[in-house]
Amino acid sequence: MNLKRSGDAGADLAVDIGEAPPYDSGSWSVAFKVSLIRLFGQSIMSASLPDDRGYFGPYGGRFVPETLVPALKQLEESYLEARDDQSFQQELDYYLRQYAGRPSPLYLAERFSERVGGGRIYLKREDLNHTGAHKINNALGQALLAVRMGKKRIIAETGAGQHGLAAATAAAMFGLPCEVYMGTEDMRRQRPNVLKMRLLGARVVPVTGGSRTLKDACNEALRDWMSSFENTHYLLGSVTGPHPFPMMVRDFQTVIGRETRRQVLDAEGRLPDCLVACVGGGSNSIGMFYPFLEDESVRMVGVEAGGYGLDSGRHAATLVMGKPGVLHGAKTYVLQDEDGQTSVVHSVSAGLDYPGVGPEHSYLKESGRAEYVSVTDEEALAAFQTLALTEGIIPALESAHAVAWLLQEENRPGQDEVTIICLSGRGEKDLDEAVRLLGIEI
Amino acid sequence: MNRIDARFEKLRAAGHAAFIPFFTAGDPDMETSLRMMQNVEKAGADVIELGFPYSDPIADGPTIQDSYQRALDKGLRIGDVFDLVARARPECTIPVVAMISYSLVFRMGMDAFLDRATGAGIDGATIPDLPIEETVQFFDAAKERDFPLICFVTPATETARRNAVARHARGFIYYIALRGITGERPQLPPDLAENLSELKSLTETPVAVGFGISRPQQARIVAGEADGVIVGSAIVRRLHQAAEEGKDPVEVALAFIETMATAT
Repeated sequence: MNLKRSGDAGADLAVDIGEAPPYDSGSWSVAFKVSLIRLFGQSIMSASLPDDRGYFGPYGGRFVPETLVPALKQLEESYLEARDDQSFQQELDYYLRQYAGRPSPLYLAERFSERVGGGRIYLKREDLNHTGAHKINNALGQALLAVRMGKKRIIAETGAGQHGLAAATAAAMFGLPCEVYMGTEDMRRQRPNVLKMRLLGARVVPVTGGSRTLKDACNEALRDWMSSFENTHYLLGSVTGPHPFPMMVRDFQTVIGRETRRQVLDAEGRLPDCLVACVGGGSNSIGMFYPFLEDESVRMVGVEAGGYGLDSGRHAATLVMGKPGVLHGAKTYVLQDEDGQTSVVHSVSAGLDYPGVGPEHSYLKESGRAEYVSVTDEEALAAFQTLALTEGIIPALESAHAVAWLLQEENRPGQDEVTIICLSGRGEKDLDEAVRLLGIEI
Repeated sequence: MNRIDARFEKLRAAGHAAFIPFFTAGDPDMETSLRMMQNVEKAGADVIELGFPYSDPIADGPTIQDSYQRALDKGLRIGDVFDLVARARPECTIPVVAMISYSLVFRMGMDAFLDRATGAGIDGATIPDLPIEETVQFFDAAKERDFPLICFVTPATETARRNAVARHARGFIYYIALRGITGERPQLPPDLAENLSELKSLTETPVAVGFGISRPQQARIVAGEADGVIVGSAIVRRLHQAAEEGKDPVEVALAFIETMATAT
C-alpha cells in the first residue's frame, strides 16, 4: 500500500510515537478499498477495519483533546486484550444468556408479511431482551470490561433512554455507581426510562446546553470523562465517538447478526435477501449487518429519521443528507451548516435524533456495501400502529422506522424473498408520545 | 519572523513570561471583541488567543461553551471572525492565535483555513481536537506560511508523545495544567512545577500554561515556571457579566487583565 506521506516531520514523528505514518484522508482510500473488495471479496473489510488508528477508510479516527488521548489508548489496549481472552468472552456470553435472555428469537411475522404483500418477513426480536432493546448487549460488554479495568464508576449518555437504562442496569448488576447524562428535552419525551434509571440507583444528570438532546448529552459525558477517566469508564452507547468506541461497540453488538445468521439458516436453509435496520448512531444496524458483510447477495438497508421530511430541513437523516465532517471525536457524515456548526436535527424518535452517525456506516455508504434511506415521522408512527395491529408487537419508534421502510410500496419484497427487520427495541417508552401524536383518545 | 516567535524572543531576553488572554469572538458582541483586540496590549497582554465559536466544544467548560453559544445565537459566521482580526489590525500589533475546533477547519479545508487566517493577520492556531498524530500531516502546509500549529501536552501525556511534541512544536507548546476541561479552579495542581521543568528541559520552544488559572497569585506562580500564562474563562465570564450589568465590558476585562498581567 502506497501511503501518502506528509513530509519528513510526519514520518519522523510517526516513528517517535510508534504509530503508522499519517496519510491524507481523501477519497483514495475508499477507492482503494473498493478495488480490493472487488479482487478479494468482502473479507478484506471485516477482517481489517478499522485500521490501528481507528480508521474505516477515510472515516473514524480520534479527534479529541489531548486530555482524552491517554484514556482512549488505555481503553483500546484493555479492550483488545479482553477481546482475545476466552474467559472474558465466556463470562460475557454467560451474562448475555442468563441475564439478558439471549438468544433473542427470529420471528416470522406472517400477518405483517401479508400486510406488506410480499415474501417472508422476519423480526429479530431485540425488543425481548432484558431492558427492552439491543442496548443491553453493549452495556454488559462494556460494564464487564470496566470491572476488568478496575474502574469504580460508570458514566453514560442517552437519547431515548434505552442506552441509559441499559447502562444503569449493568452498573447496578455489577455494583458500580452510574451517572447518565440526558438532555432535558429527551427527559420529557422519555419519562418512563428516566424513572427506571432512578429506580436502578443511577443519577440522571439533566443537560440543558445546546439542543438539550443526545448530542449535548455526549458533550457532557465526554467532559466528565476528561477529568474522571482514571477511575471512571465512559460507557458510550453507539458506534460513534473516537476510536476504539466504534469498533468496540460494534463488536459487542454483532451478537445480533451472528445469531440471526444461524437462525435464518436454520429456518430457511439459506441467507436472507435483505436486512433492514434503523440508523441513528448506528449500533443495532451495524450489529445486524456486520456478520453478513462478506455475503454479497445480502442487501443491507439502513433507515434514517426523515423527521418532518427531507425538504423541511427538520430531520436527522445524516447519511442521506449530510456531508463528511468531524463530530464527537470522529470523522464521519454529519449534519452541519456551511461553517461546520452542528445543525439542529429533529426526529419523533429520541434515539435517532442525532446529527452524526457511526464512521463505519459512512464507510459502508461510500463503498456501496450498504444503502441508506429515510422515512418520515408520520410513516414511522403509522408503522408503529401497523405492527401493533398485525402482530401484537409494539415497536420502539426507532425500530418503527425500519418497519416503515418495508411498508413503502416501492420496497415491497418479491414473493420468494426473505427479509429481516432488526426490531431493535420495544415501544413502551414511547406510549405517551405516540398516543399524543397519533391523537388516540383513551 | 513570525510575530509569535518575535514576541517570545523579546520576552525571553527581558526575562518575562507572556500574558495570554483568551476571549471569544463575538461575545458579548463584535464591537467589544474589536475594542478588546485593539486595547489589550495596553493592559499588558503579549499574545491574544481568540476563540472561534463552535456549537459542540468538548474541551471547554460551561463558561466558554456558553459564550460560544451566545455568539452563535446572534448569528455569528466564521467569516466574521476573520474580518474581526483584519479590522483590528493595524492598531493591534501583538500576535493573535486562533483557538478553533477541527470541525470548523475540516469543513473549510486546512489550506483554505491557513490562507484565510494568514490573510486576516492571524499568526498561529490551537486546534484542541486535533491531536499530534493528526496534526503532523499539516505541518508542511503550516510551515510554508510560517504559521505555527500549536500542540498540547497534559499531565497525563505519555513520555513518547510528549517528547514528540517537544521536538516538533513551533510557536509555543500549550501545557494543559490539569486533568479536565477549561474553567476557573481555586488551586493549581501540585505536580505543575515538576511537569513543567521536565517539559522545558526537552525543548527550546516556549511553554505556555492554561486551564484553571484565574487569580493573580496563580499567574505569578505559573509565570515563575513557564514562558506564558493563558487565562480564558475568568475573562470570558467578566465580559459577559459586565455586559449583562450594563457596564463597559472592555473596561472591566482590561482592569482584570492588567492585574493578571502585572502578576505575570
